[in-house]
Amino acid sequence: MTERLKIAVVGLGKMGLSHFSLVGAHPQAETMACDAAGFMVDVLSKNVPHTIWKDYDKLLSEGAPQAVVIATPSRLHAPMVRAALEKGVHVFCEKPFCLDWREAEELAALADEKGLINQVGYHYRHVGAFQEMKRLVDAGAIGRITHVMAEAYGPVVLRPKKQSWRTTKSEGGGCLYDYAAHPLNLLNWFFGTPAEVTGSVLNSIFSEGTDDEVFSTLRFEGGQTAQMSVNWSDESHRKMSTKISMIGTNGRLYADRQECQVYLREEVPGLDGYGTGWNVKYTTELTQESWFYLRGEEYSNQIDAFIRSCLGETAPLGTDFRDAAATDRSIAMILQNAETGQAVGEAPAPVTPQPAKRRGWFGR
Amino acid sequence: MEHQMDKLLFGDNQFFGINHMSEEKARAQAMRFQDSNAIMDVLDVAYDAGIRTFMCTTHDRIAEIAEIVRNNPERYPDFLFYPCMPYAHKYANAVTDFGMMGAVQHFMPEGGMLQTALRGGAALATKDVDGIAKILIDAEMKMFKGLNTPVVFMQNVFTDLLLGLGFGRALRVFHDHVRETYNAEPGFITMNMPLCLEVLEREGIENPIICSNINKIGFRMCGGAEAYKAAMEAGRVRAVAMSVYASGAIPPAEAIEWVSELPNLESIVFGASSRANIHSTRDLVAQHMGPSG
Repeated sequence: MTERLKIAVVGLGKMGLSHFSLVGAHPQAETMACDAAGFMVDVLSKNVPHTIWKDYDKLLSEGAPQAVVIATPSRLHAPMVRAALEKGVHVFCEKPFCLDWREAEELAALADEKGLINQVGYHYRHVGAFQEMKRLVDAGAIGRITHVMAEAYGPVVLRPKKQSWRTTKSEGGGCLYDYAAHPLNLLNWFFGTPAEVTGSVLNSIFSEGTDDEVFSTLRFEGGQTAQMSVNWSDESHRKMSTKISMIGTNGRLYADRQECQVYLREEVPGLDGYGTGWNVKYTTELTQESWFYLRGEEYSNQIDAFIRSCLGETAPLGTDFRDAAATDRSIAMILQNAETGQAVGEAPAPVTPQPAKRRGWFGR
Repeated sequence: MEHQMDKLLFGDNQFFGINHMSEEKARAQAMRFQDSNAIMDVLDVAYDAGIRTFMCTTHDRIAEIAEIVRNNPERYPDFLFYPCMPYAHKYANAVTDFGMMGAVQHFMPEGGMLQTALRGGAALATKDVDGIAKILIDAEMKMFKGLNTPVVFMQNVFTDLLLGLGFGRALRVFHDHVRETYNAEPGFITMNMPLCLEVLEREGIENPIICSNINKIGFRMCGGAEAYKAAMEAGRVRAVAMSVYASGAIPPAEAIEWVSELPNLESIVFGASSRANIHSTRDLVAQHMGPSG
C-alpha cells in the first residue's frame, strides 16, 4: 500500500477551499481541515467525510498532522507557520509568505534546521510556459538579457467595496501583496532579489485602504532591468493574466500561462527543438497531466509536489520559504521606495560585455 | 421518456474569450463576439446546418441569446438549450466582494425566506444547503424561461470542487432538483470523469450524463484514458465528449474518427466560429457517426 500523509488545510476561504478539494482528492492524503466556526465549517462538517477542526492549536496537538496547508489571511501566516514548524510539521503556505521579510528568513532557517519541507503557493512556478522560460533563461538562449517587462492584470477590484483583509494593506491586502507578488516571484526566480528599486508607484483606484495598481523599476545584479506594471482593476481581462517579456542580445522571450514564445537571432548549441526566428511552445504540451484537475494543472501539481516531497518520494519543487522571503523582501523594497521616493538598494555595477577582439577600425 | 441527445452539440467557449492555447486569440474572439448579434450569426449558421443544441454557460450574455430565440419561435422551432451552471466567475467575484456568506445572500431573491434567515447570521439554524442550492439553480434557470432545456449541466469547476471535497450529496441535490422542477436530465461536466462516475453511482445515480474531455491524446483526461474507456465499454455512462480536438493538437478527421469508435459515446460538443469549421465538423461527424439529429 502506498504511504499516506496526514495533512490539514487551514483556512477555508477561496484558496483554502480549492486546496481542500485538491488535497481531498489526492490518493496519498489523509485529509483534515481547520477554520474558525461559521457557516462554511458547519456546512462542510455535515457533508464531507473529513474531520474539520475549529481550533488551530487543537488541530496541531490532537489532530497530529504531518503537514499543513496554510491559506489564512496573510497576517496570520507567520505565527501559524511557526507553530507548525515547532511541532515538526511540514508546511505549505499561501502567498505572500510573511509581511516582514526578516520573519520570512527566520522561518526559512527554522524549517531548514528542523529538516521540514516548506513551500509557498506561487502557482505560476508550476505553469509549463514559465518553467520553459526559466529553462531558456538559464540556458542563455536569448544571450545577455537587459530588458524585462513583468505584467499582471485582472478584474479584482472594479468598484469601491467593503473592507476586508484583502483590501487592508496592514493585513497583507492590496494589489502589490496579492497580485504583483506573482510576477515579482517569477523575476526573483529568474534573476534573484533586486539590487536596486526605483520608480515605484502604488496607486489606489477604487480601494480606500490600499493600492490597486503598481509600477516599479527593478535592477538586478546580472545587469537586467525589469519594469513591473500591475493593475487588478482591469475588467477587460476575464481572470488574472500574468506575462513576462525579455529582450536579450540573441533575441526575445515571452511567456504567459498559455504559451512560451522565443525569437532567436542565432541557434543555440544544445538547445534542441529551437531554431532561428520564432519558436512557440504551448503550456498544453509542456505541462504534465495531473491526477485530479480543478482549475488548472499548476494548482494540482503544486499540491502534488508538496505531498510527495513530504512523503520523501520526490525532491521539493517550486518556491520554498527562502525564495518566498526574497519576494517578501522585494515587496518591502518597493513599499519603501514608493513611500520615500528614494532609491532603495544600490545600482549594480554595469555589466559590460567582453570586448570582441579588436580587428581594426572597420572590424575587418 | 428519456431525452435523446443529438450527436453534435454546439459549445460557447469561443464566444467568451476562452482559448486554451493563446491569450491573444482569446482576446480577438472576445472583441468579435462582444455584440450578441455576432454570436447569433454563428448560431444561425450552426442551426441551419442542423446543429440545434446550444450547450451554454449561464453567462449574462446568454440571457440576450435566450431572449432572441424566445422572441422568434418561427425562426427557431427546434432550438434546444443545455444550460451549464453556475457561471463560476460570477460567484468567485461575489465572494471577493461580499465574503462567503455575503455572496450567498447576494444571489438570494430579495425578501425571500432564506434571505431573511441568512440576514440573521447566527440565526441560520436550518443550515439548509438543499434549500440554498435549489434557489441558486432556479435563479440561473430564469433566463431560459419558456425555452426548451432538456438537459441541465453542472459546470466543471463546481462539479470538481465538490468531488474533491467529498461533497457527493450536492450532486444528488442538483440531480433531483433538475429532474423534479425542470423535468430535464441532469448532466455533469467534469475534468475527472472516472471519479465523477464513481461518486454519482455511490449517490445512487445510474448511467448519468457526463461531459468530459475525451480525445485521442488523452489531453486533460484525469484519472487516465483507460478508466474512461472502461466506463464507456461497461455502459455505465452516457458520455458527452469535449476537447475532441485537444485544443487543435489533433487533426479534425483523425480526432472525430477516433472518438466515433468509442462505445456509448452519445454526443460531441464543439466550438467553432466560422461557417467552414462548423460545416466540416458536421460532415465529419455525419461520416463517422451518422447524420446529426
